[in-house]
Amino acid sequence: MLGQLDLSVLKPSLPFLWTGLKFSANLTLIAMSGGIAIGTLLAMARLGKSRPLTAVASAYVNLMRSIPLLMVILWFFLVIPLIIGKPIGAEYSALITFTAFEAAYYSEIMRAGIQSVAKGQVMAGYALGMTYWQTMALVVLPQAFRNMIPVLLTQTIILFQDTSLVYAIGAKDLLKAADIAGKNYNRPVEMYLFSAVIYFALCYTLSSIVKRLQIKLAVVR
Amino acid sequence: MKYHWNWGIFFEQIKYGDETYLSWLISGLGWTVAVSLASWVIALLLGFAIGTVRTTPRTWLVRLGNAYVELFRNIPLLVQMFLWFFVVPEFLPRNLSLWVKQEMPAKEFVTATVCLGLFTSARIAEQVRAGIQSLPRGQRMAGLAMGLTLPQTYRYILLPMAFRIIIPPLTSEFMNVFKNSSVAFAIGVLELTFQARQMQEDSEQGIETYLAVTVLYFVCAFIANRMMAFIEKRSRVPGFIAAAK
Repeated sequence: MLGQLDLSVLKPSLPFLWTGLKFSANLTLIAMSGGIAIGTLLAMARLGKSRPLTAVASAYVNLMRSIPLLMVILWFFLVIPLIIGKPIGAEYSALITFTAFEAAYYSEIMRAGIQSVAKGQVMAGYALGMTYWQTMALVVLPQAFRNMIPVLLTQTIILFQDTSLVYAIGAKDLLKAADIAGKNYNRPVEMYLFSAVIYFALCYTLSSIVKRLQIKLAVVR
Repeated sequence: MKYHWNWGIFFEQIKYGDETYLSWLISGLGWTVAVSLASWVIALLLGFAIGTVRTTPRTWLVRLGNAYVELFRNIPLLVQMFLWFFVVPEFLPRNLSLWVKQEMPAKEFVTATVCLGLFTSARIAEQVRAGIQSLPRGQRMAGLAMGLTLPQTYRYILLPMAFRIIIPPLTSEFMNVFKNSSVAFAIGVLELTFQARQMQEDSEQGIETYLAVTVLYFVCAFIANRMMAFIEKRSRVPGFIAAAK
């Protein structure tokens, strides 16, 4: 029962949890930046004129979106060492996996974003003598990003929650840290609850901020 | 890249025992389907109830519904699995707690199903709310003006339309249930991902194992998608929502 909770174990485990949280946060930020960059390229490939490029990009995105993330994590953890010929740690494997996986999801968002930009904008860019890349970089993408900021951030919150799945390959994120601390102090109940509270507090705060941002952006447009 | 291929591995016997690896994967598939379908039923029932409640004029019900959705949406699924498995039994009354921990049949399966069901119900509730709110205000007003009670208005006017509107997001949610059921491995449900890890360690034929399991997940998602497409086609209101697509 509630009265039996021993909250005194939380304080000594804080530094340990902090390292775990830092890994979760780093993983989220790196996978977000890499994922948005690759995802934007994938979206451009899917919307572009080159047939083979479109096919490859759609195949990649659809494949990633139809397999469970856990399987993707296990795949990369198995295959990357085979390809490069030496083991890489769970942490590096997680970084590569999440960047590659999230790129598929971000690319769907960016595709919608690019399509939300009026066609006349692209034509105007070409009419001014801009190349494809100039039109994209200076006209279309800035607007696409702006329109999609709330959705991109919502996806990032989901990404942050998904990072807990690195548990499967033993990378030390927040959940794994709580798991270990719970075993060390023989207080798993308190540690799991505490990690849930941390995840909830962070995700709830972030999603409230996104909601407010959404209203703000909608008014400006 | 040095890798010893062995595609016949599925028909070989496991290291200790007389089962084949194929039988492991098949039983894993069975548990994956069982967890997914059972949680889908829970998720639909609860999701529709809570989503509906969030559009009623009762402020306290709306708040309660919102709190429910926020709670389940802001904690990672894996953490929720651990909470249901390790934490919740500790807070039950003593006798019940002992029963759950020691005697409950198929403990892992039940826990995973409840967890995944509630997790998914929060997401469905969000879609149901959006679906109901996307209907023109006049529909509700017309229902009430005709003398229908509020429950009747929901039952005969709002929900049938809202359900049809949200079939596309429900389809992806149904596919998500299969994908998310993989997380149940962490509390020891012997489903596909669990069997994949086990077979990979036992047989050391990782690529063949993961390929087979990936294909099985793919097939599950595909069948789920086709089933929902069938329902969508059958439930279409002629001349109404068909035009929206």
